[in-house]
Amino acid sequence: MSFLIALINGISLGSVYAIIALGYTMVYGIAKMLNFAHGDVIMVGGYLCFIAMNSLGLPPLVAILLSVVGCTCLGIVVERAAYKPLRQAPSLAVLITAIGVSYFLQNSALLIWGADPKAFPSVANFPSLKLLNGQLTINSVTIVTVLTATVVMVGLTLFTQRTKMGKAMRACSEDKGAAQLMGINVDTTISMVFAIGSGLAAIAGVLLCSAYPTLMPTTGSMPGIKAFTAAVFGGIGSIPGAALGGILLGVIEIMSKTYISTQLSDAIVFGVLIVVLLIRPAGLLGKEIREKV
Amino acid sequence: MNTNMSRRNFLMASGSVAASAILAGCGGSGGSDSSVASDTFKIGGIGPVTGGAALYGIATKFGAQVAVDEVNAAGNIKMELNWQDDEHDPEKSVNAYNNLKDWGLQILVGTTTTNPCVAVSSLTNADRIFQLTPSASSVNVLGGEEIGADNPRKDNVFQMCFTDPNQGTKSAQYIDEQKLGTKIAIIYNNADAYSTGIFQKFQEEADARKLEVVSTTTFTDDNATDFSAQLNKAKDAGADLIFLPIYYQPASIILKQASDMGYAPKFFGVDGMDGILGLEGFDTSLAEGVMLLTPFVATDTDEATQAFVAAYKEAAKTEEDPIQFAADAYDCVKAIAQAIDAAGITPDMATADMCDKLIATFTGDFEFSGLTCPAGEVMTWSETGEVTKDPKGMVIEGGVYQPIA
Amino acid sequence: MDKIRNMSRESRSNFITYGMVIIAYAIMQALASMHAISSSMTGLLVPITAYICMAISLNLVVGVSGELSLGHAGFMSVGAFTGVVAASALAGAIESTMLRLLLSIVIAGVAAAVAGILIGIPVMRLRGDYLAIVTLAFGEIIKNLLNNLYVGLDARGLHFSMTDTASLGMDGGKVLVNGPQGAVGFPMISTFTAGFLLVMFTLIVVQNLINSRSGRAIKAVRDNRIAAESVGIDTTKYRLMAFVVSAALAGMAGALYAQNYTAIVPKKFDFNTSILILVFVVLGGMGNIRGGIISAALLTILPEKLRFIGDYRMLMYAIVLILVMLFSNNAQVRMQIEALRHRISHRVDDQLDAQAAKGGDAR
Repeated sequence: MSFLIALINGISLGSVYAIIALGYTMVYGIAKMLNFAHGDVIMVGGYLCFIAMNSLGLPPLVAILLSVVGCTCLGIVVERAAYKPLRQAPSLAVLITAIGVSYFLQNSALLIWGADPKAFPSVANFPSLKLLNGQLTINSVTIVTVLTATVVMVGLTLFTQRTKMGKAMRACSEDKGAAQLMGINVDTTISMVFAIGSGLAAIAGVLLCSAYPTLMPTTGSMPGIKAFTAAVFGGIGSIPGAALGGILLGVIEIMSKTYISTQLSDAIVFGVLIVVLLIRPAGLLGKEIREKV
Repeated sequence: MNTNMSRRNFLMASGSVAASAILAGCGGSGGSDSSVASDTFKIGGIGPVTGGAALYGIATKFGAQVAVDEVNAAGNIKMELNWQDDEHDPEKSVNAYNNLKDWGLQILVGTTTTNPCVAVSSLTNADRIFQLTPSASSVNVLGGEEIGADNPRKDNVFQMCFTDPNQGTKSAQYIDEQKLGTKIAIIYNNADAYSTGIFQKFQEEADARKLEVVSTTTFTDDNATDFSAQLNKAKDAGADLIFLPIYYQPASIILKQASDMGYAPKFFGVDGMDGILGLEGFDTSLAEGVMLLTPFVATDTDEATQAFVAAYKEAAKTEEDPIQFAADAYDCVKAIAQAIDAAGITPDMATADMCDKLIATFTGDFEFSGLTCPAGEVMTWSETGEVTKDPKGMVIEGGVYQPIA
Repeated sequence: MDKIRNMSRESRSNFITYGMVIIAYAIMQALASMHAISSSMTGLLVPITAYICMAISLNLVVGVSGELSLGHAGFMSVGAFTGVVAASALAGAIESTMLRLLLSIVIAGVAAAVAGILIGIPVMRLRGDYLAIVTLAFGEIIKNLLNNLYVGLDARGLHFSMTDTASLGMDGGKVLVNGPQGAVGFPMISTFTAGFLLVMFTLIVVQNLINSRSGRAIKAVRDNRIAAESVGIDTTKYRLMAFVVSAALAGMAGALYAQNYTAIVPKKFDFNTSILILVFVVLGGMGNIRGGIISAALLTILPEKLRFIGDYRMLMYAIVLILVMLFSNNAQVRMQIEALRHRISHRVDDQLDAQAAKGGDAR
């Protein structure tokens, strides 16, 4: 029984990681950059939703929508102002800029919303699911999180496989030069990916804060790093890989806390990651790229 | 990744950084003329105003500011407060301290957090600057025999808060004497000095008193999002009381998750738990029945507390009640003001003389009655720098603190 | 002067770097001894030297070897804690603090080198961003393990435990490292001179390595691994060499850094610190040792100089960071600077030509 409970909790935590990881992986796949500010967009998403619900008294769904729109706009602005001028720059320069953006968002949040943590109200207001004579309780947030993660996953896969924009994205991630020759506007496509990634971050922010309800300016940074790990774990650039990596990471984290040691759980999680990468150097579902000689 | 940034790019980059540094230098050098004798005491404060621990630094900053304003309004002592950020990092804390020294620091209120305070207190001790920390609770801050011969007592350093061991021992005593639980589970933050410090002494005292501790689990700041594993372990072990020597934001998640999984043991917290009711958006019914030992209660109806809460909200421009850190910092400034008055210290004295007189005053028959001790009682300080005051045992009932009967 | 003129371009550049460090040290030391600089600046001297060593050593991996490492602070923390424990253990045997500091730095370097080998062997199987994430993971693992490390010292010697202080089985004595509470109450024995010497040592090691046969092999692997392999260079060996040397130097810097304070905690050496050092390297120019030194010094001073803007300080730091990256990497801005530079150098050339025409020995 305790194994089942741990598994469910792991999947719930993992689903949140998965949605964050999707944002990382999409941006990496196309722009080949590690967007370290992604975790902080999550935090902004959480705050926007909190303000909409608590101060403006809007219903949860409207609040979530508002936060998605807000974060999408933020993503576009950040991309235009900080990343777009650096398209031709070495990737490390972009990485450092992303870190600058991360500091900027954190400190802005601190100045705007203050350092006092906020207790995030749950967006899922229906009762928990009780199974097996009440021995096993699956709470509403878990259900919503897992469902949302699934919907987002399926939606994104369909989007990249079926729509013109999605195909353009895939083309850009394969070969920017060739894509441009085929008449795809690479710049717009990259901006589009940032917009989608930031929108996803808002959803992730709301789910993260619903499941683990404290919101502070630093809320996004550690889940951000963990999700980045998850994206690499699954094979960075691969959408199913991010989902798989996220969920596995969540399950491993909870399992190691339950059965091995709460003290060393971080070391165990990262240790598993290293072992996996040593066996499959491009992650679980990542493509091995053959080097041309 | 192999593309090098060329040298001229670097020159350009470093040029603009240098320019801003120079610009900043001009602004910063204004306050360094400490030689001018004035009629104002230069009180420095250090605490994290940015970063993950900003909450505590900001609370202490405004708590101290309220007290300084009150002292100035009262008229007979003039004080000026300069608060510097340390990001909860010993390195930055030492930088902040050196910065304050350039400004002409005479008395230090700080630092807010423990590890930075250990680093800074060694320096104030060498520089002979009196230091009263609102909230750095480890005994390492004070130094002394207990820690070992290499770490002598830093006689200029005093605390306003309880030491960690004190809280751990008191909590175990309280739980045992009041028969609050038979099977105890503990969840603590093993990446945090405060939490680990309390846990270690609690464990010792619990062993001495033959309390049954059935589960001990930990978390770190990096994985303080999910506590389901820890709670399930406690539940499986049949714990009927969970001791939480942690701060209130992880505690609020623990309460929520316990309630979600239908687990309702008693919860017992320490002073870090205070603030949970003021958490914006927190469903206070989750905290129903939570017990804690705390020196300060923002919802106290007593007049001084209410005046402070109002003044704090005004100063910090916030809607939320101050946490105990704010009250501790307020008390620090007030205690210093009272001691200055008692010892007849004037702002033109050398800081070392000031320091000696303040030490003599604090370790003498000095009594201070502030927000962080029960009304009508007083705090005193021992040679070791520790404060003597009784924590209040509180229980949350109907969304407010009630003394445990 | 002939000697200087006949030097290769690299050695002249190295010479300038050594000169710059020595002059900077002499000036700061003179000013400090005359109390002509503020306490704030004096307090920054040792951390600056430690960060410079960190920047130089990371440059060896990121700039010269071309691997992105996100866990460099992990080696710093191994060195920091080893250094503190070593210095405390030697306190009884060695009177001179300078000698004790030196020994503790050496021991810390060895410990970090061992960690570097242990981590480097698996890491070198990977490349690119996967390598980066594994170094990040190792950095986090080191932090997590140190958070659970307890070390005590009593009459019978050192005791280690991974659970708590009680299980150390000590007989009196002193707890040196207390898990997440870190090490506290050790003497502050680091000095600016020691820091300067460590910077010089780091520089000599790294610059000589770069200009050696091994260094050329490392660079060849960076520029084209397959080509390097095809001419018989053992790529893994040379990448590992750069990684381990870098780890050892970081460990030494860690020991210097730690003993400038009386308290250090494992949490200090987290991902953010690794990133901070990476920022020094990238801003200074990858592979550009001198640039790294300057940017490490400037970026350590900058947040202190921004204190006057109070609450907006860290926000301002973030903005400066973004702007510097934008200005130094944007093609348009770059072109304008290029044009400006061209004009200036032309003017200088004209003057030199004019002097040469008069028969002077201008060049």
